[in-house]
Amino acid sequence: MLIPFFYMLREGGMNTSITELLTLLEAMKRGVAGTSVDDFYYLARAALVKDESQLDRFDRIFAAYFNGIEDGLGDLFEELPEDWLRRQAELLLSEEERARIEALGGFEELMKALRERLEEQDERHEGGSKWIGTAGTSPFGAYGYNPEGVRIGQHGSRHRSAVKVWDRREYRNLDDSVELGTRNIKVALRRLRKFAREGAADQLDLEDTIDKTARNAGLLDIRMVPERHNAVKVLLCLDIGGSMDDHVRVCEELFSAAGSEFKHLEYFYFHNFIYESLWKDNRRRHSERVPTLDITHKYGADYKLIFVGDATMSPYEIVYAGGSVEHWNEEPGAVWIKRLLNTYQKAIWLNPEPRERWDFTPSIKLTREIMDDRMFPLTISGLDAGIKALH
Amino acid sequence: MTDTRFTGTTSYVATDDLMMAVNAAVTLERPILVKGEPGTGKTQLALEVASALGKPLFEWHIKSTTKAQQGLYEYDAVARLRDSQLGDDRVHDIANYIQKGKIWEAFASDEQPVLLIDEIDKADIEFPNDLLRELDRMEFYVYETQQLVAARHRPIIVITSNNEKELPDAFLRRCFFHYIKFPDQDTMARIVDVHYPALKKNLLSEALNAFYKIREVPGLKKKPSTSELLDWIKLLLAEDIPPEALRSDDKRKAIPPLYGALLKNEQDVHLFERLVFLDRGAGHR
Repeated sequence: MLIPFFYMLREGGMNTSITELLTLLEAMKRGVAGTSVDDFYYLARAALVKDESQLDRFDRIFAAYFNGIEDGLGDLFEELPEDWLRRQAELLLSEEERARIEALGGFEELMKALRERLEEQDERHEGGSKWIGTAGTSPFGAYGYNPEGVRIGQHGSRHRSAVKVWDRREYRNLDDSVELGTRNIKVALRRLRKFAREGAADQLDLEDTIDKTARNAGLLDIRMVPERHNAVKVLLCLDIGGSMDDHVRVCEELFSAAGSEFKHLEYFYFHNFIYESLWKDNRRRHSERVPTLDITHKYGADYKLIFVGDATMSPYEIVYAGGSVEHWNEEPGAVWIKRLLNTYQKAIWLNPEPRERWDFTPSIKLTREIMDDRMFPLTISGLDAGIKALH
Repeated sequence: MTDTRFTGTTSYVATDDLMMAVNAAVTLERPILVKGEPGTGKTQLALEVASALGKPLFEWHIKSTTKAQQGLYEYDAVARLRDSQLGDDRVHDIANYIQKGKIWEAFASDEQPVLLIDEIDKADIEFPNDLLRELDRMEFYVYETQQLVAARHRPIIVITSNNEKELPDAFLRRCFFHYIKFPDQDTMARIVDVHYPALKKNLLSEALNAFYKIREVPGLKKKPSTSELLDWIKLLLAEDIPPEALRSDDKRKAIPPLYGALLKNEQDVHLFERLVFLDRGAGHR
């Protein structure tokens, strides 16, 4: 039971586990959901979905699966032997009622109409108002031709009310839009701190000493720890202006998160690509520039280098001298970035452009090659992967 | 089983899907994890479940420094050290220095309790993993006294999360999950009605309209939520603002009164004022 549904969920990209399926089955066995499909939908959702970004996906698969059930019932209906239906009708119907059926065009017509209405309902979910709403007067409901027929009808009506719930797809905008808030970025950046305590144990750990001494029934047991070494140093280079305007918000968030997370954070701006100088203040970008060589001399090789930029430009801006859109550069950008990369072994490039577009932009491909593939999308997962690459 | 079904309370409006998730968790005695925008009543849920089902409530509020062990028990080594220096007799029994945590208290309860683990995402990333066995088997071992503490009645555990950290899969698999989505206008009217039953109908609908309009302003850093709406209505009532004042059709009075209760962020307030100002300019043309 529900096993095809389970596999459909898994094929649909949800990582539902067997434990969760068993939980759902147990809940159904204990009668949590009652009999309505709505209840079942809510229960299945609570048991199988564990992340709000998956809710929309679940809704879609649920709808697909249960529309499938409806189609299946349609087939079932077609396979009912007509003789049997006819006999049931003769058994159950009075003379008068049969006369009225004849007036409607006979048994075949009636069945055809029923089938048509069923199909109609398959196609658009609200189409069945005459089918369900007027059950009292419709030929199908009123006469109760066969139990199967009635069951199909009931299923349809229940299904329809439930469809309203999951077909609304209220969670649509939660899907895949993993919000990259400042908090999330901080959590991701925090992983860089992992190596904080390293080296010789030369500091008294007061808390542990008290604890160990107490456990030692009062005999002094001195504990030492290495000095807290919050030495992660980060050099952040941000692309600013032009095509980066679309990504201002996410960069702002990254910047503010990084600022509060790292004690040793140095940042510089560039436009489109790295050349012989960078700047720290965008308002005075033309007057106050820092030569790139000075940066490599001033900040040691233990700094970790993070570029943030969309790397979307003309390839000339990377590989040719004089390619920059803003000034005449004596040496190509590629040379300058390689100088930086030679100094800073730990370097990544974060790209706010969606991953799918990278292969279609030559300059992004070029930059990735220069970066030895250490380019990551500016999303939570990309940031995670990037931070790992920095270790 | 019918007597333990949760159907909302007089002071809490529960939607069908929320009730289903809670009832599934109650019946199967599994934890329920509740997520949602801040201010949509996640913490309140545990309080209401406890009062609706008439069960005692234990609250464990998590901070960034909270360790999983603190929920079980703590061994107060410093007190023991001090007692040993003073020659206190209590020092010979280590059990005197074991302090029960919230989970232990809940496990020891005489009737089935409700245990709230509030804002689990505030704690360290490993925190939920450290509680897997305790939440699964509802028992833990006290090493200092060689004692196994098992729950007398499996508590109904309500866990809330603000999504600041991702929770580990192994932990999620053991829970039921519910995402409290932001209530639509009808549900919101019911919620307000529960809190301010005597509210005039037209004031309520005008207030809700203004509220949802503010929520739709693009670029807000923090959208106002249910609890802010309730505060705002309280203020409106206190100031005796007529419903007409809330209608923003009139461009000159487009800013709803006392909107400071809705917008908590300085930048949001500026953004909002600027938008209203622009809007007003357009109205004159």
